[in-house]
Amino acid sequence: MLRLEPIGRTFVLSFHDWHLIRPVKPWVGLANYRELLQDDNFLLALRNTTLFAVFVVLLSVVLGLGLAVLLAGKLRFTAAYQAIYFLPVITPMVPMAIAWKWIFDARIGILNYLLSWAGIGPVGWLTSPEVAIWSIIIMSVWKALGYNMVLLLVGLKNIPAAFYEAAAIDGAAGWRLFRRITLPLLRPILLFVIVVSTINAYNVFTQVYVMTTGSQAAPGAQLRVLVFDIYQNGFQFFKMGYASAEAVVLTLIILALTLVQFRVIRVDEG
Amino acid sequence: MSPAPRRARASCWQRTGAPLATHLVLLAGCAVMLFPYLWMLGTSFKPADETMLWPPRVLPIHWTWANYPRVMAAAPFVRYFLNSVVVSVGSTAMVIATSLLAGFIFGKYRFPGKRLLFLVILASAMFPFETYMIPLYLTMKSLGWINTYQGIAAPYLIMSFGIFLMRQHIAHGIPDELLDAARVDGASELRIFLRVIVPLCSSAIGAIGILAFIQAWSAFIWPLLMATNRSMYLMELGLSTFQFRFTTDYHLLSAASVLNTLPMLVAFIILRRRIMESVALTGLKG
Repeated sequence: MLRLEPIGRTFVLSFHDWHLIRPVKPWVGLANYRELLQDDNFLLALRNTTLFAVFVVLLSVVLGLGLAVLLAGKLRFTAAYQAIYFLPVITPMVPMAIAWKWIFDARIGILNYLLSWAGIGPVGWLTSPEVAIWSIIIMSVWKALGYNMVLLLVGLKNIPAAFYEAAAIDGAAGWRLFRRITLPLLRPILLFVIVVSTINAYNVFTQVYVMTTGSQAAPGAQLRVLVFDIYQNGFQFFKMGYASAEAVVLTLIILALTLVQFRVIRVDEG
Repeated sequence: MSPAPRRARASCWQRTGAPLATHLVLLAGCAVMLFPYLWMLGTSFKPADETMLWPPRVLPIHWTWANYPRVMAAAPFVRYFLNSVVVSVGSTAMVIATSLLAGFIFGKYRFPGKRLLFLVILASAMFPFETYMIPLYLTMKSLGWINTYQGIAAPYLIMSFGIFLMRQHIAHGIPDELLDAARVDGASELRIFLRVIVPLCSSAIGAIGILAFIQAWSAFIWPLLMATNRSMYLMELGLSTFQFRFTTDYHLLSAASVLNTLPMLVAFIILRRRIMESVALTGLKG
């Protein structure tokens, strides 16, 4: 009767194994971790990635929620708006990173041109890591916004109208309605969106690789983020063990953040 | 001022003013969202000297097709495209097959450790690919799968969300009586799977297929590690190396970017509703 079961279990276990294999290769106790703590590049990457994640999550969730609220109401053309805001989510990252590179170009980019109207001198948006991180945050929010919007819209539409009617009878409206009714009922999906955004933000790589790596970027403009550091140590310097230690740190960070987010939002609920 | 006109003004604001303001805000946002596409398309038709103009121009003064043949001659984008198609279609087919099979088993069978196993699968979705790509790479290396399609597609054969979705669908959407009736008729489990389960899951198959395809199509760091030979590059990777060769030739880069973006855009225009619904489903776990 259960002919299919062993097949299924084998594949399930094989899937399982991919994770367990993780710390195979060169592993020398805690030496890698000790080294990591003194590695300026790693610490810089950690700081950059965290800064990046905080702002991308904050902006993409707040803007996504705003959009979802605007689009959940009785407005015309909502389908068209949704499609447009969603478009970057499914567009491949590399061509879009190239397009944004030109927008941010210090000499001929449109952003500096627009700013020059306001009398703001040319900004090297991608020529130094301190500024480049903000450029990449903007680009990444642009890319991720639609996903959050779509999920939050589903959440908003699932809130029964009866709640709003009851609140309206009690005289609640506008901001109060949003804070007292919408936000609490939206909590589970909001939590999910925040967790997913955080995980994605901590794994940022492609846009950083395309927009700040290589000959076209000014020397020293490379924005160091964790996955880039893992890539460089593991696949350019072939320090697989060391890179693995970094990957473990990344995993632990993501795990810890997820747990904390669950905690905070659950506690709020009580 | 008497309260009556004030109320009238408020309702007038609510009826026309507020929606108008909302539309303006949304339209301004749309302009920002669409601008990179517009620029990319415009620049792909510009002659070289127009890319360096100040003030910058979005649309070309003299339109030209010349960038496209030049791009095609400079890098084998057709080959990259076909590579992407092979990997994405293969990955999508495998994800559908594995999700169906596992969903069937988790949805309709009982066996020891089922709950735990299912939880493990769900939890594994939380670990992003980047955190285990190194051991995976080493496995691929020892298998000799570097620069092969199966190597590039390897991480994209199973999708824990697919298993989850399929299990929900099969467990709640397909009655046990139906399967028992088929068993009474002497159908084997495999036959039940192929003839009863699979046809009843078409909507879930569509959703999972779309998600799997998008995931494989937009993969970047893994193909970057696995494809060291140019003939194995996928579109994304091909474009990024193209970019390192033609760093500021924005007219060529744009033409290449348009070619790179086009397949997904066309798919989105045709399947917009289904794609957005499928993506919205990923929130189910929350």
